[in-house]
Amino acid sequence: MARYIIQRLLSSIPVFLAVLTIIFLVVRVLPGDPATAALGDYASKSAVEALRTKMGLDKPLPIQYLDFMLALARGDLGKSMIRGTPIINEVLQVLPYTLELTFAGILIGVLLGIPLGVYAAVKRNQLADYVGRIISLAGLSVPAFYLGILLMLLFAIALQWLPAVGGGEIGDPVDNLTHLVLPALTLGLVMTASVARLARSAMLNVLSQDYVRTARGKGLAETAVILGHALRSALIPIVSLIGIWAISLIGDSVTTEVIFARPGLGKMMVGAILQRDYTALQSIMVIYTGFVVIINLSADLIYGVVDPRIRH
Amino acid sequence: MAWLIHASGIKVEMSMQAPSVKFVSQRRRMWNTFLRNRVAVLGLWLVIAVVLLAIGAPWIAAKDPLIQDPKNRLSAPGIEYLLGQDTFGRDIFARLLYAAHISLVVGLCSVLLGGTLGVTLGLIAGYSGGKIENLIMRLVDVLMAFPSLLLGITVLAVLGSGIEKMILAIGIMLSPAFARVVHGNTLSLKEREFVEAARCIGARQVRILRIHILPNILGDILVLGSLWTASAIRIEANLSFIGLGISPPTPTWGNMIREGSVHLLNAPWLSVFPGLAILVTVLAFNLLGDGLRDVFDPRLQL
Repeated sequence: MARYIIQRLLSSIPVFLAVLTIIFLVVRVLPGDPATAALGDYASKSAVEALRTKMGLDKPLPIQYLDFMLALARGDLGKSMIRGTPIINEVLQVLPYTLELTFAGILIGVLLGIPLGVYAAVKRNQLADYVGRIISLAGLSVPAFYLGILLMLLFAIALQWLPAVGGGEIGDPVDNLTHLVLPALTLGLVMTASVARLARSAMLNVLSQDYVRTARGKGLAETAVILGHALRSALIPIVSLIGIWAISLIGDSVTTEVIFARPGLGKMMVGAILQRDYTALQSIMVIYTGFVVIINLSADLIYGVVDPRIRH
Repeated sequence: MAWLIHASGIKVEMSMQAPSVKFVSQRRRMWNTFLRNRVAVLGLWLVIAVVLLAIGAPWIAAKDPLIQDPKNRLSAPGIEYLLGQDTFGRDIFARLLYAAHISLVVGLCSVLLGGTLGVTLGLIAGYSGGKIENLIMRLVDVLMAFPSLLLGITVLAVLGSGIEKMILAIGIMLSPAFARVVHGNTLSLKEREFVEAARCIGARQVRILRIHILPNILGDILVLGSLWTASAIRIEANLSFIGLGISPPTPTWGNMIREGSVHLLNAPWLSVFPGLAILVTVLAFNLLGDGLRDVFDPRLQL
């Protein structure tokens, strides 16, 4: 297992570097100059030139690339173009909020999606299955931020059970949790739709196999057949996709943070875009990349645990 | 009565009497499979309805989507204002219809762009093999290992606003997924005898790809195209909700929700109706895509 972990760790390094390179290039190579964009179309030429020098955009591209990578290696995310403060401070302040939201969302998606999918597969072509399939397809079609709005309208405005906006105090668990419920539910339910859909088809696939019939034939209780025999192999395709769903959940977390006015990386990113703070945008993307690499890695490791064939 | 459908499309009646043979064309048979799937047909009708509403916007909407009526701002839905009025007193129904136009154009054009790009790359990678294949497919892996929404946000943030930039950003986001599917299919097709035969009589690579391989994967591409049109419309809504891409006053469903989200307490209809429009449209393309998948390749897992 240790060798497998090290192998996976090493293989994620090239992906990490490649995405960093893409981020670097997107900001510099695409038509549209960050300095001009930051200052607006009516800025004087000398002001734009001054900002370009300050951002290091006047240097040759390979030198800029080297600077960028070396700074990252030192853990230096640079300074905000707008406020002049180190970006890392702000990131560390909002990171716990994004982490708890992402984690809670994935947890809800998995814990709700797998049982629902299994239930639908067992009740194949009955009412529960039809209802489940329609809801699941609707879940795949709804943008996360709109689901957030609907949940907010129902639970925060109409019923007034939960707070609508903000992130709560990290130090105060109750306040923090009540603020977490609706955004986490938003992301979790979107993920539930994909998980349940795949869990259903994976279960159907397994339930028709011979060894399941054998298990039934030797007189095992139906619950034991489904949970003990079928679910174990149906989990393999499900787990292999959890990483992909978690990554798309990160994309959705941006708009979810915005709609719930919740502090976090996504809200910080949108703020940076609207203020045209390109150094901040670039740094936030680097943090997200780290996030994604860690998720891919953990997904691979869980996969290795669920399916022993992978390790060898 | 039992029927045996032969691979050539000939339907043979299995009975004790002399068999009567009825010809059913392949296309006809696929169409019948599609029509039997009621949910998919519903999706098709919904897509047609949205397209007609979008095209007919100037005639169907009684009001102009940009004209402001400040005296009656935030009017509730009712007989006078069908779906209500927004912050500036603009007619929400008219804005919804005009926004449908933009959503469909962005959705279809970006899939067309991403599809063309991705299919070309996938074909080249799958057929040529070696270093080129490695380079293309590693790039695809990297792009797919990253949240496409975040990449789209960054690209648009740098490119600036405009419908053509939105199409470009979403098209680029979708292309790796097309490339991956086409690459896999090409790999297995190029080992088949008919491709080998074409190679033997000296057909050029471009001709083999165009005449022998592409038509065989067209079905899968159509399925993906319709499912990803749904994704593209959802992504467009996400991007314009953030405030990227198409700038106000031009209405999009995303920026209507963005403007309306400030008034959730006193005028929720500002956000609820555009969201419903997104949901129905995306759902329609998803239903259609699911139905097409059942027709072309029931095993295709997405």
